[in-house]
Amino acid sequence: MTKQEALFEYLLRKADDSLILGHRLSEWCGHGPILEEDIAITNIALDLIGQATELYKYAAEVEDKGRDEDDLAFLRIEREYKNVLLVEQTNGDFGKTMIRQLFFDHFEHLLYEELMNSKDERIAAIATKTIKEIKYHIKHSSEWTIRLGDGTEESHNRVQKSVRDLSRFTKELFYQDEVDQILIAEGIIPDVSKFKVEYDKNIKAILDEATLELPNEKWQLDGGRKGVHSEHLGYLLTELQYMQRTYPGMKW
Amino acid sequence: MEKNKIDALNKAFQDKIDNEIKIEPKDYMPDAYRKTLIRQISQHAHSEIVGQLPEANWVTRAPNLRRKAVLLAKIQDEAGHGLYLYSAVETLGADREQTIDDLHEGIAKYSSIFNYPTLTWADMGTVGWLVDGAAIMNQVPLCRCSYGPYARAMVRVCKEESFHQRQGFEVVTQLAKGTPEQKAMAQDSLNRWWWPALMMFGPNDADSTHTAQSMEWKIKRHTNDELRQMFVDATVPQAELIGLTIPDKDLKFNEETGHYDFGEIDWDEFWQVVKGYGPCNEERVAARKKAKEDGLWVREAANAYAEKRAARNKKAS
Ligand SMILES: [Fe+2]
Ligand SMILES: [Fe+2]
Ligand SMILES: [Fe+2]
Repeated sequence: MTKQEALFEYLLRKADDSLILGHRLSEWCGHGPILEEDIAITNIALDLIGQATELYKYAAEVEDKGRDEDDLAFLRIEREYKNVLLVEQTNGDFGKTMIRQLFFDHFEHLLYEELMNSKDERIAAIATKTIKEIKYHIKHSSEWTIRLGDGTEESHNRVQKSVRDLSRFTKELFYQDEVDQILIAEGIIPDVSKFKVEYDKNIKAILDEATLELPNEKWQLDGGRKGVHSEHLGYLLTELQYMQRTYPGMKW
Repeated sequence: MEKNKIDALNKAFQDKIDNEIKIEPKDYMPDAYRKTLIRQISQHAHSEIVGQLPEANWVTRAPNLRRKAVLLAKIQDEAGHGLYLYSAVETLGADREQTIDDLHEGIAKYSSIFNYPTLTWADMGTVGWLVDGAAIMNQVPLCRCSYGPYARAMVRVCKEESFHQRQGFEVVTQLAKGTPEQKAMAQDSLNRWWWPALMMFGPNDADSTHTAQSMEWKIKRHTNDELRQMFVDATVPQAELIGLTIPDKDLKFNEETGHYDFGEIDWDEFWQVVKGYGPCNEERVAARKKAKEDGLWVREAANAYAEKRAARNKKAS
């Protein structure tokens, strides 16, 4: 694998994370539990779609095969999407959406702090812009986790169940293979295994304050980075790709 | 209060209005003025909130990344408009949640336009172009409304509405100059939305119960028919520019008046939708009710947490 191939693959993975999660959040539009949350969730969705766009643009340039950001976002088959399984999980109730976000935001926060120092200037620039957004996201999801965990008995039970259901997708955030090794050696991305301990600690601190617990079983799933997804993704892509598939090659 | 004292207050109130001095929340205002504003502003707020739904219907199917982002930004703006407007309602002593419950019970209205379905991507263009376009016609004069908080909210809202109108027109323009399939999609969408958009200005002046009083109070600055005419005059040339046909065989420029003459609105359809029998009335209210019901546990948790925290802080200090 060349450095260029590794970079393309990495950008696609991260762009897919942002796109799929942004898409999921956009499903909340108009249905949030309070008006302020309609605004907040839409805002976060917008940030994620913006991040995805920047990453796909760069990926398309790196690939240099005449595809653009929309070709990458809309015109691949399911097995070619490389997002982690966590982000494609269904919204569930508001608490599940917040817990999914909590697990994701804490990882992104640590990652993007490091990506700001990437030797790849384009990535460093994207990270510098993105980190500001992530700081808001992480505050939002952490505060809601605490509120819901330490709120009523019902809210506690609901989010505790979501923590249990979603924690099995967290280890995949730290998945690494040849793609990562090549880019780590080049100083383009950090070795995320170095901050796994910090991630666990940060998550635990929020969960403690929220009076929530991680499950004891250490069962973990992965496959997203290789394009092996849960059954949820296909339906999401059916909607996402509807226009591009129905009206091929048109401008919108 | 004695009658002559009230008369004096009412006169001072109307003098202020006649002299273009804004009425502020703490100022004296007649009950009927307050009630009219509460009804109108909460209706407006509900429209913003319900108005998210027909657009949210396409946000997951937007055709490219840029359109998805613009649509999300627009929906977020509409929610924001709802928020400012509910705040303006609260300055009149009304309770936001109560007005929302009125919406859910079918007591309070919202703009009937949102009871029409969004069936194709072209509708995301047409809604911005016509619906936000008509909203601007209605709302620009509201920036000079006699009630201060409403007027100020409208200044902010109108800036964003004009961005909504522009992006909608841009979507339709792109389709109109696209493939025959895209152009047909745009024309079909215009055919479906044109008449409902004209209905957004309300009944003809002769049948409008609130207009005269609202004009005297300077809540309204133009009659329904005046605003509708302004909208037609502004929109017809835009349709011509991009090669779409307005679905009205009676539409014709009148050299004498300098305005477009246009056909008769189907008032039976208008009243039917107002009364709750439009294509999506049930679904729209049901969706908002469900959001409130599904969110109940979240709001309860937030309150419970806030109380616990306040209690803890009290203990600590
Ligand atoms: Fe609006
Ligand atoms: Fe509006
Ligand atoms: Fe708007």
